[in-house]
Amino acid sequence: MLSAGNVEGYVHSVETGGAVDGPGLRFVVFLSGCHLRCLYCHNPDTWHMKDAKKTDVGHLLNEINLYAHYLKRTGGGVTATGGEPLSQPDFVAAVFQGCKALGLHTALDTNGYLGENASQALLDATDLVMLDIKDFRPAEYKKLTGVELAPTLRFAERLSEMGKTTWLRYVLVPGYTDDLPSITELAAYAAKLKMAKVEVLPFHKMGEPKWEAMKLPYVLKDTQPPSAELVSHVKEIFVSHGLKTV
Amino acid sequence: MDRVVAAVEDKDVKFVGPEFAGHTWKREINVRDFIQNNVTPYFGDEAFLAPATQRSLSLWDTVSKLMTEERAKKGTLDMDTEIIATITSHNPGYIKKDDEQIVGLQTDKPLKRALMVFGGIKIAEKACEAYGYKVSPKVHDIFTHYRKTHNDGVFDGYTDAIRKARSAHILTGLPDGYGRGRIIGDYRRVALYGIDRLVEDRKIQAATLEHNINEETIRLREELAEQIRALGELKQMAASYGFDISKPAQNAKEAVQWTYFGYLAAVKEQNGAAMSLGRVSTFLDIYIERDIKAGILTEEEAQEMIDHFVMKLRMVRFARTPEYNNLFSGDPVWVTESIGGMGVDGRTLVTKTSFRFLHTLTNLGPAPEPNLTVLWSERLPEAFKKYCAHMSITTSSIQYENDDLMRTYWGDDYGIACCVSAMRIGKQMQFFGARANLAKALLYAINGGRDENSGKQIGPAFTPITADVLSFDEVMPRFDQMMTYLAGVYMDALNVIHYMHDKYCYERIEMALHDRDILRTMACGIAGLSIAADSLSAIKYAKVKVQRDERGLAVGFDIEGEFPCYGNNDDRVDSIAVDLVERFMKKLKNLKTYRNAMPTQSILTITSNVVYGKNTGSTPDGRKAGEPFAPGANPMHGRDKKGALASLSSVAKLPYEYSQDGISNTFSIIPGALGKTNHGRKDNLAGLIDGYFQSGGHHLNVNVFDRETLLDAMDHPEKYPQLTIRVSGYAVNFIKLTREQQLDVVNRTFHHNV
Repeated sequence: MLSAGNVEGYVHSVETGGAVDGPGLRFVVFLSGCHLRCLYCHNPDTWHMKDAKKTDVGHLLNEINLYAHYLKRTGGGVTATGGEPLSQPDFVAAVFQGCKALGLHTALDTNGYLGENASQALLDATDLVMLDIKDFRPAEYKKLTGVELAPTLRFAERLSEMGKTTWLRYVLVPGYTDDLPSITELAAYAAKLKMAKVEVLPFHKMGEPKWEAMKLPYVLKDTQPPSAELVSHVKEIFVSHGLKTV
Repeated sequence: MDRVVAAVEDKDVKFVGPEFAGHTWKREINVRDFIQNNVTPYFGDEAFLAPATQRSLSLWDTVSKLMTEERAKKGTLDMDTEIIATITSHNPGYIKKDDEQIVGLQTDKPLKRALMVFGGIKIAEKACEAYGYKVSPKVHDIFTHYRKTHNDGVFDGYTDAIRKARSAHILTGLPDGYGRGRIIGDYRRVALYGIDRLVEDRKIQAATLEHNINEETIRLREELAEQIRALGELKQMAASYGFDISKPAQNAKEAVQWTYFGYLAAVKEQNGAAMSLGRVSTFLDIYIERDIKAGILTEEEAQEMIDHFVMKLRMVRFARTPEYNNLFSGDPVWVTESIGGMGVDGRTLVTKTSFRFLHTLTNLGPAPEPNLTVLWSERLPEAFKKYCAHMSITTSSIQYENDDLMRTYWGDDYGIACCVSAMRIGKQMQFFGARANLAKALLYAINGGRDENSGKQIGPAFTPITADVLSFDEVMPRFDQMMTYLAGVYMDALNVIHYMHDKYCYERIEMALHDRDILRTMACGIAGLSIAADSLSAIKYAKVKVQRDERGLAVGFDIEGEFPCYGNNDDRVDSIAVDLVERFMKKLKNLKTYRNAMPTQSILTITSNVVYGKNTGSTPDGRKAGEPFAPGANPMHGRDKKGALASLSSVAKLPYEYSQDGISNTFSIIPGALGKTNHGRKDNLAGLIDGYFQSGGHHLNVNVFDRETLLDAMDHPEKYPQLTIRVSGYAVNFIKLTREQQLDVVNRTFHHNV
């Protein structure tokens, strides 16, 4: 058991109520630091730890506790996202262990690239992993994110072996991740790993102003959100493999 | 037909009407006791509800067309310029007589506005002239030369200090030229007892006032006499529609009709700012349930009755000036109906008719009136909570108020008047007091009582602050003194107003449906709370430099550094907001009130936050001169940066104990942010309301829509005739707002996360 008071982490910001990052109402912790440079990233301001505020885990838990009655009532809890929470695994473990002591559900929203960082203790305190697989084709994955796909898949398999409840998150970007054959393969893979749910997230441009503010080139300027037909078609693919979608 | 009449064996039992359980309510006028003895709580879901009948749809279609025509004519379809409105002044009016299951209109034609002059002839004339009508010379003559009005009386009584404060807009929206409203007659009494019994009861009470004939008893005797007269007129008005309401209602349809007649009489003779209905749905359910059990009423017929009743409530109209409409956005009447809640014995007061009322939003489409207010308890049946959440998500037409909080103050038969003001039905009334502008008072503290816009000396001439950088320790004591002045001049104004309103524009029929001896509250209010709190926070935690103009008045502020803002669940500033609420209330409590009313306070701005902002100079929180305030107790838009729960938590800290007239919070969220599935959204919204009220929050308006919808409605109003949004404590038809008000709504915080 980590002693709660003295672990520190880099917290970009918190959102005291989210309803789209896991079940129920959620306290969402945005952690700084990410190895990926996804073209469509909607939180590029969370890439670097140095931009964040150093926060004590006890302090964060006290803040979370202010909202515990909202979270519990709806079967919600706390979601760690970012950034990439596994770039600060000890901090996340301490936060989640504290949450479990408060009786709160915990969800880890991760791209899985740093899955090897996730200790058994961290995963024991995690009720749900929301695993982002950005593309199932290794070469395309690398183009889109700047890193290899393999570590993410290794993490997915590890989660499956230990029977951890896992949701697959797939961001559907027209012209990038709308390749139906590879989506079909991904669906088969997710089914084999017995993933509990699949969230197909339509690409949106809400992150664009942040790229502009950071004076970074936003490659997806002209990319449009996927059509409703495409989204439902992709969902169908997952459903046809026996997976639940939302 | 079941026409069983209660046995009258006990000589104390006077009740002669349909057989229902209980004794006390038969011996005395006591609607609560009737409800407690006969209510059938309902724990199921909405599956039993019936769709609108063809007759309802066709009737609503006719009304909708009239409303479209009304909008095309600048918002007023027709006005009476000859007949001074009384309970019996107009012949019966109908929409389509054969289709109407519940009848009665304010005048002889639908949506035709009555001429109500006792509040003030000048205002009545202005209201007519604004729409191209002219009050008849005869009426003008009578009310100019022979009969004084409330408005005339008030200005005879106003002191110089009140006039100054009023024209500087540090006191705003005072009901000195319009009807005060916010009085709820217990309209249920008409159905339960019939008029004759109510008159008899009044006579007995008058008979106890034969001795000690002093000013107080004289007034009470006169009031009782007026009330008896008004009850007679109510009976006469109902007779003109073909109903004898001298005896109790015998069945559900009569109960709805009798209750509506009571309400109709009130809106025929009073143009009150808020003409609320009370808490009728569960009362009516008792009759409906009985008739359905007896096999003489079907669900379709029950729903039709409620649909037609609600249709009538949607048609209540008053002649009002464009300035009034600017202040209050559109044309609100605040036909507030309080639904649900729990009994003090732990049983829920949710019935099938609670569902039926909310279901009118489906059958007839969304609408701002009646102002549907759910009295929310953690212990409400889950299915009802889910249904409410569902209706909020689909119509944005419901507001929620914390029954667990209010029940401890007001028992289990209170209703909401206007937006957030709880009162025991038939046992309590309020003297409505609009509000004082705290943000402006802060500027007066800095400027030595001079108005930042006009430069005139309005408040007491304290030494102004001359330092370039504001210090909390210098500002706060002066602000406190300025608040003392403000509370004093405010209470003086309200005392004059309500003295004169009682004298010249007395609510005869509404008061006839109250107990003789009632609790009166003096309902003061504050505007600009979040501005004042953030300004003090900026002064305390950042560096606020003053820009002064050639008159030496602080007209601008430069802020260096960060400061915590109200709305982020940060105690450093939230405690300032709490302190201001308590501080001002304590000052009000020290003051003598007309008729020994109990001073209370609300944190509510209606939509006049735009107008208040317009009249207030730049403030030390960085808000520029003329910019709108946040509505009600809301944090200033864009400053609540930590998400919805933090924002709600800040507001929930404001103490109801010091703000018993209500604390309004308006919450807007995009549908997607409530969750990914319909089921999840309902759960999350219900959980959010539970959580807010468990934290001590008092009131929550819930809007669920996209900003894009509003923008589209601004450009294409014809596509959105029924788009309804909740504002501070009531709902409005979005397309009836001025462009400025529409922009204010669009610019408010829309939570993209819960």
